Amino acid sequence: MSYWEFLAQNAPRYLDGTLVTIAQFFLSAMLAILLALTAGLMKLSRNVAVRWTAGVYIEIFRGTSLLIQLYWIFFVLPLFGLTLDKFYAGFVAVGLNLGAYGAELVRGGIQSVPKGQWEAAYAISMSPAKRMYRIILPQALLNMLPPWGNLMIELLKATALVSLISVTDLMFEAKQINGSTFLSAQAFGTALIIYYILARLIVTPFMRWLERIMARKLGRA
Amino acid sequence: MEDMSQYPLELSGPDVPMVRFMNVTKSYGALTVLDNLNLDVSEGEMVTVIGPSGSGKTTVLRMLMTLETINGGVIYVDGQPLTHMAKNGVLVPADAKYLRRARSSIGMCFQHFNLFPHMTALQNCMEGPVQVLGLPKAEARDRSEELLSMVGMIDKKDQHPSRLSGGQQQRVAIARALAMRPKVMLFDEVTSALDPEVIGEVTGVIRKLVAEHNLTMLMVTHQMGFARDISDRVCFFYQGKIEEQGPPEGLFGNPQRERTQQFLSAVKAAD
Ligand SMILES: Nc1ncnc2c1ncn2[C@@H]1O[C@H](COP(=O)(O)OP(=O)(O)O)[C@@H](O)[C@H]1O
Ligand SMILES: [Mg+2]
Repeated sequence: MSYWEFLAQNAPRYLDGTLVTIAQFFLSAMLAILLALTAGLMKLSRNVAVRWTAGVYIEIFRGTSLLIQLYWIFFVLPLFGLTLDKFYAGFVAVGLNLGAYGAELVRGGIQSVPKGQWEAAYAISMSPAKRMYRIILPQALLNMLPPWGNLMIELLKATALVSLISVTDLMFEAKQINGSTFLSAQAFGTALIIYYILARLIVTPFMRWLERIMARKLGRA
Repeated sequence: MEDMSQYPLELSGPDVPMVRFMNVTKSYGALTVLDNLNLDVSEGEMVTVIGPSGSGKTTVLRMLMTLETINGGVIYVDGQPLTHMAKNGVLVPADAKYLRRARSSIGMCFQHFNLFPHMTALQNCMEGPVQVLGLPKAEARDRSEELLSMVGMIDKKDQHPSRLSGGQQQRVAIARALAMRPKVMLFDEVTSALDPEVIGEVTGVIRKLVAEHNLTMLMVTHQMGFARDISDRVCFFYQGKIEEQGPPEGLFGNPQRERTQQFLSAVKAAD
């Protein structure tokens, strides 16, 4: 069987898997961004308890492996009465994990905005909340975007782990195809290429585009 | 603890100053930066602060902008306490909400302009009026365009700060501060970061403000000639205290204190 025959035969399964991977990627990215913003801002709070809470979250999820976190959420939490469907458990675990890394990017990005910007906003009597989202965050965002681009690639790759709790993503389908055809090189090689295309031809160009848009908004283009 | 009952809840009487520093003390750890400072600035007065580096000039302005907390004494603006608020008949340190309202009567221009880089010149000026004062956009735009014309920057109103020279940025920064309609304007070495050939653009705007508006102004500068020209009064700071003050002719022409004489001759020698 030629590779093209192999591909034609299994294309529907690869397509299904890819769509699930994209969904997992998208949902976990949303969750990671939300958590990163929240925890990153909390990390800069004046309130010790708030800072500490964010610190604990970041430490736990950066300090342990994503796979164990995934198993905890899927296999252990039900023992405490919290059962998540595997699809939810998958993107929640990835989002929680990458969100902890993102929180440090958010914190660093905010701290990289010069002190003079805070003071100028203060001098026109802006409220702390408006100062943050109208003055500081837009500038922090531009500083953060390049490392966020890397994080998004990491996130995409990390979603492959959800196949281990039987979410029918691209990796899961590749394993199934390998199991039924015994053509390992073709089965995993195809998955490899699809992941690469998603990363380099979709995620990276999208992040670059975002950087250009933001740079233009900041008059730096 | 300082006895706060010695400070009135508000200033009253015929000649309430626009700004009053009353026994103001500021220290960083063991370092006392302002030592029991008393300074009044009348409405419409232009007061220039000069002195050696580290003498506390910037700190005076930053205290008035409430960018720094106060360790002792009280600052009043237009008769009302700025750094403190009345509670059960005595002054207590102001909370964030009180400070935000109180400081809205004060505008400040910084040495490094600090324009918002993600906004055009016009947007920089409109930001405060729209977001803080709640003005309708059209009104904020009219006000901002008028001020940008006044500082000679109306042609560049749609440019981002990165496209403007230092002198142009500083003029926009002046317009941005004025758009909040402050009663008191503070200038902290606003020409120090500029190339010599554009300093005139900025001092020209300040001259115009002095000539045409009744703003109360407090300015820190190293440009003695400029200070002499436009000030109503010059204060020479030395180690956190006012060593000598008076009208510019007197202070520059016939300084009384030895430290003032030394400072002025050192500045002259450097020129
Ligand atoms: N945040 C700070 N922490 C510690 N010391 C400070 C701080 N800000 C200013 N100082 C000190 O206060 C003194 C007065 O500073 P400043 O008001 O900036 O002086 P000037 O503007 O006259 O040069 C200096 O000795 C300076 O080092
Ligand atoms: Mg200074």
